[in-house]
Amino acid sequence: MPKMNLSHFEAAILFALFSSVVLGVITKRTDSERLRYGVRCFAYFVAALIGLGWLMKLGHG
Amino acid sequence: MKPGSCKLKTMTANVKAQPAASPARGWYSVVILAWLVPGAGHFMLKRRGRGALLLASVAIMFLLGLMMRGTMFQPQTGDVLTTIIYCGGFLGDLASGLFYLLTVWLGYSQPDMAGHVHDYGTKFLVAAGLLNVLAMVDAYELATGQKE
Repeated sequence: MPKMNLSHFEAAILFALFSSVVLGVITKRTDSERLRYGVRCFAYFVAALIGLGWLMKLGHG
Repeated sequence: MKPGSCKLKTMTANVKAQPAASPARGWYSVVILAWLVPGAGHFMLKRRGRGALLLASVAIMFLLGLMMRGTMFQPQTGDVLTTIIYCGGFLGDLASGLFYLLTVWLGYSQPDMAGHVHDYGTKFLVAAGLLNVLAMVDAYELATGQKE
Protein backbone atom coordinates (compact mmCIF):
# COMPACT_ATOMS: atom_id res chain seq x y z
CA MET A 1 0.00 0.00 0.00
CA PRO A 2 1.46 3.39 -0.96
CA LYS A 3 2.46 5.70 1.83
CA MET A 4 0.67 8.99 1.91
CA ASN A 5 2.23 12.25 3.00
CA LEU A 6 -0.16 15.04 3.86
CA SER A 7 0.32 18.40 5.49
CA HIS A 8 -1.47 19.21 8.75
CA PHE A 9 -3.99 21.29 6.82
CA GLU A 10 -4.77 18.63 4.22
CA ALA A 11 -5.16 15.89 6.84
CA ALA A 12 -7.40 18.07 9.02
CA ILE A 13 -9.57 19.07 6.03
CA LEU A 14 -10.04 15.41 5.07
CA PHE A 15 -10.90 14.57 8.68
CA ALA A 16 -13.43 17.41 8.73
CA LEU A 17 -14.95 16.36 5.42
CA PHE A 18 -15.64 12.73 6.30
CA SER A 19 -16.72 13.51 9.86
CA SER A 20 -19.17 16.10 8.51
CA VAL A 21 -20.61 13.62 6.01
CA VAL A 22 -21.31 11.10 8.77
CA LEU A 23 -22.66 13.73 11.18
CA GLY A 24 -24.93 15.00 8.41
CA VAL A 25 -26.16 11.54 7.46
CA ILE A 26 -27.10 10.39 10.97
CA THR A 27 -28.92 13.52 12.09
CA LYS A 28 -32.03 15.41 11.03
CA ARG A 29 -35.14 14.16 9.25
CA THR A 30 -34.99 15.25 5.62
CA ASP A 31 -32.23 15.12 3.05
CA SER A 32 -32.06 18.90 2.65
CA GLU A 33 -31.75 19.33 6.43
CA ARG A 34 -29.02 16.70 6.47
CA LEU A 35 -27.15 18.44 3.67
CA ARG A 36 -27.39 21.81 5.39
CA TYR A 37 -26.24 20.33 8.71
CA GLY A 38 -23.31 18.53 7.08
CA VAL A 39 -22.17 21.71 5.31
CA ARG A 40 -22.53 23.69 8.53
CA CYS A 41 -20.47 21.12 10.47
CA PHE A 42 -17.76 21.27 7.81
CA ALA A 43 -17.73 25.08 7.97
CA TYR A 44 -17.40 24.95 11.77
CA PHE A 45 -14.56 22.44 11.49
CA VAL A 46 -12.70 24.66 9.02
CA ALA A 47 -13.33 27.79 11.08
CA ALA A 48 -12.02 26.04 14.22
CA LEU A 49 -9.04 24.71 12.26
CA ILE A 50 -8.06 28.14 10.96
CA GLY A 51 -8.80 29.87 14.28
CA LEU A 52 -6.78 27.37 16.34
CA GLY A 53 -3.99 27.49 13.78
CA TRP A 54 -3.69 31.24 14.14
CA LEU A 55 -3.99 30.98 17.93
CA MET A 56 -1.08 28.53 18.03
CA LYS A 57 0.99 30.65 15.67
CA LEU A 58 0.41 33.82 17.69
CA GLY A 59 0.84 32.01 21.03
CA HIS A 60 4.07 30.41 19.92
CA GLY A 61 5.57 33.79 19.01
CA MET B 1 -70.20 17.04 11.48
CA LYS B 2 -71.12 13.39 11.34
CA PRO B 3 -71.66 11.70 14.66
CA GLY B 4 -68.59 9.66 15.57
CA SER B 5 -66.15 11.73 13.51
CA CYS B 6 -65.00 13.54 16.66
CA LYS B 7 -64.40 10.19 18.33
CA LEU B 8 -62.46 9.03 15.28
CA LYS B 9 -60.27 12.15 15.39
CA THR B 10 -59.59 11.57 19.09
CA MET B 11 -58.62 7.98 18.39
CA THR B 12 -56.30 9.09 15.58
CA ALA B 13 -54.69 11.65 17.87
CA ASN B 14 -54.19 8.98 20.52
CA VAL B 15 -52.50 6.69 18.01
CA LYS B 16 -50.18 9.52 16.92
CA ALA B 17 -49.41 10.45 20.53
CA GLN B 18 -48.20 6.97 21.37
CA PRO B 19 -44.47 6.60 21.95
CA ALA B 20 -42.28 5.14 19.22
CA ALA B 21 -42.82 1.55 18.35
CA SER B 22 -41.50 -0.96 20.83
CA PRO B 23 -38.09 -2.36 19.95
CA ALA B 24 -38.56 -4.49 16.89
CA ARG B 25 -37.27 -8.00 16.99
CA GLY B 26 -34.08 -8.35 15.03
CA TRP B 27 -32.35 -5.10 15.93
CA TYR B 28 -29.43 -7.19 17.22
CA SER B 29 -28.69 -8.43 13.73
CA VAL B 30 -28.91 -4.87 12.33
CA VAL B 31 -26.47 -3.54 14.94
CA ILE B 32 -24.03 -6.44 14.56
CA LEU B 33 -24.10 -6.10 10.78
CA ALA B 34 -23.66 -2.32 11.10
CA TRP B 35 -20.58 -2.96 13.24
CA LEU B 36 -19.08 -5.55 10.89
CA VAL B 37 -19.67 -3.58 7.68
CA PRO B 38 -20.17 0.18 8.13
CA GLY B 39 -23.47 1.26 6.59
CA ALA B 40 -24.77 -2.30 6.23
CA GLY B 41 -27.37 -1.73 8.94
CA HIS B 42 -28.81 1.10 6.86
CA PHE B 43 -28.74 -1.07 3.74
CA MET B 44 -30.64 -3.76 5.65
CA LEU B 45 -33.25 -1.16 6.63
CA LYS B 46 -33.59 -0.01 3.00
CA ARG B 47 -31.76 3.30 3.54
CA ARG B 48 -29.34 2.63 0.71
CA GLY B 49 -28.19 6.18 0.00
CA ARG B 50 -27.34 6.89 3.62
CA GLY B 51 -25.73 3.47 3.99
CA ALA B 52 -23.54 4.11 0.96
CA LEU B 53 -22.40 7.48 2.32
CA LEU B 54 -21.57 5.93 5.70
CA LEU B 55 -19.71 3.05 4.10
CA ALA B 56 -17.71 5.37 1.85
CA SER B 57 -16.84 7.80 4.65
CA VAL B 58 -15.72 5.16 7.15
CA ALA B 59 -13.89 3.08 4.54
CA ILE B 60 -12.01 6.04 3.05
CA MET B 61 -11.10 7.34 6.49
CA PHE B 62 -9.82 3.90 7.53
CA LEU B 63 -7.84 3.53 4.27
CA LEU B 64 -6.31 6.99 4.67
CA GLY B 65 -5.30 6.01 8.20
CA LEU B 66 -3.57 2.89 6.85
CA MET B 67 -1.89 4.84 4.04
CA MET B 68 -0.56 7.31 6.59
CA ARG B 69 0.82 4.31 8.48
CA GLY B 70 -1.22 4.90 11.61
CA THR B 71 -0.72 2.69 14.64
CA MET B 72 -3.36 0.25 15.88
CA PHE B 73 -3.82 0.55 19.64
CA GLN B 74 -3.27 -2.49 21.84
CA PRO B 75 -5.00 -2.51 25.22
CA GLN B 76 -2.57 -1.54 27.97
CA THR B 77 -3.06 -0.79 31.62
CA GLY B 78 -0.97 1.28 33.97
CA ASP B 79 -1.83 4.73 35.21
CA VAL B 80 -5.31 6.08 34.49
CA LEU B 81 -4.30 8.09 31.43
CA THR B 82 -2.49 5.15 29.82
CA THR B 83 -5.48 2.88 30.43
CA ILE B 84 -7.94 5.38 28.98
CA ILE B 85 -5.83 6.15 25.91
CA TYR B 86 -4.81 2.61 25.01
CA CYS B 87 -8.02 0.75 25.94
CA GLY B 88 -10.16 3.54 24.46
CA GLY B 89 -8.04 3.61 21.32
CA PHE B 90 -8.30 -0.16 20.99
CA LEU B 91 -12.10 -0.01 21.29
CA GLY B 92 -12.15 2.81 18.71
CA ASP B 93 -10.08 0.73 16.30
CA LEU B 94 -12.21 -2.36 16.94
CA ALA B 95 -15.39 -0.41 16.16
CA SER B 96 -14.42 -0.35 12.47
CA GLY B 97 -15.54 -3.99 12.34
CA LEU B 98 -14.32 -6.08 9.43
CA PHE B 99 -11.87 -3.40 8.31
CA TYR B 100 -10.02 -3.71 11.61
CA LEU B 101 -10.28 -7.50 11.77
CA LEU B 102 -9.03 -7.96 8.18
CA THR B 103 -6.18 -5.52 8.70
CA VAL B 104 -4.99 -7.33 11.80
CA TRP B 105 -5.47 -10.78 10.24
CA LEU B 106 -3.48 -9.71 7.19
CA GLY B 107 -0.60 -8.78 9.45
CA TYR B 108 -0.66 -4.98 9.56
CA SER B 109 1.57 -3.99 12.42
CA GLN B 110 2.86 -0.46 12.44
CA PRO B 111 5.08 0.60 15.33
CA ASP B 112 4.35 3.94 16.97
CA MET B 113 6.62 6.46 15.24
CA ALA B 114 7.25 10.16 15.57
CA GLY B 115 5.86 12.42 12.87
CA HIS B 116 2.63 14.24 12.22
CA VAL B 117 1.56 11.98 9.34
CA HIS B 118 1.74 8.85 11.51
CA ASP B 119 -0.11 10.69 14.26
CA TYR B 120 -2.87 11.71 11.90
CA GLY B 121 -3.03 8.14 10.58
CA THR B 122 -3.56 6.79 14.10
CA LYS B 123 -6.31 9.35 14.71
CA PHE B 124 -7.97 8.56 11.37
CA LEU B 125 -8.09 4.85 12.25
CA VAL B 126 -9.72 5.54 15.62
CA ALA B 127 -12.06 8.20 14.21
CA ALA B 128 -13.27 5.80 11.49
CA GLY B 129 -14.33 3.40 14.25
CA LEU B 130 -15.98 6.14 16.29
CA LEU B 131 -17.92 7.34 13.25
CA ASN B 132 -19.07 3.76 12.76
CA VAL B 133 -20.33 3.78 16.36
CA LEU B 134 -22.50 6.78 15.44
CA ALA B 135 -23.74 4.88 12.38
CA MET B 136 -24.54 1.85 14.57
CA VAL B 137 -26.55 4.01 16.99
CA ASP B 138 -28.45 5.50 14.05
CA ALA B 139 -29.16 2.02 12.66
CA TYR B 140 -30.39 0.91 16.11
CA GLU B 141 -32.74 3.88 16.33
CA LEU B 142 -34.06 3.17 12.85
CA ALA B 143 -34.54 -0.52 13.62
CA THR B 144 -36.44 0.16 16.83
CA GLY B 145 -38.66 2.82 15.29
CA GLN B 146 -37.28 5.68 17.37
CA LYS B 147 -36.32 7.47 14.18
CA GLU B 148 -37.62 7.56 10.61
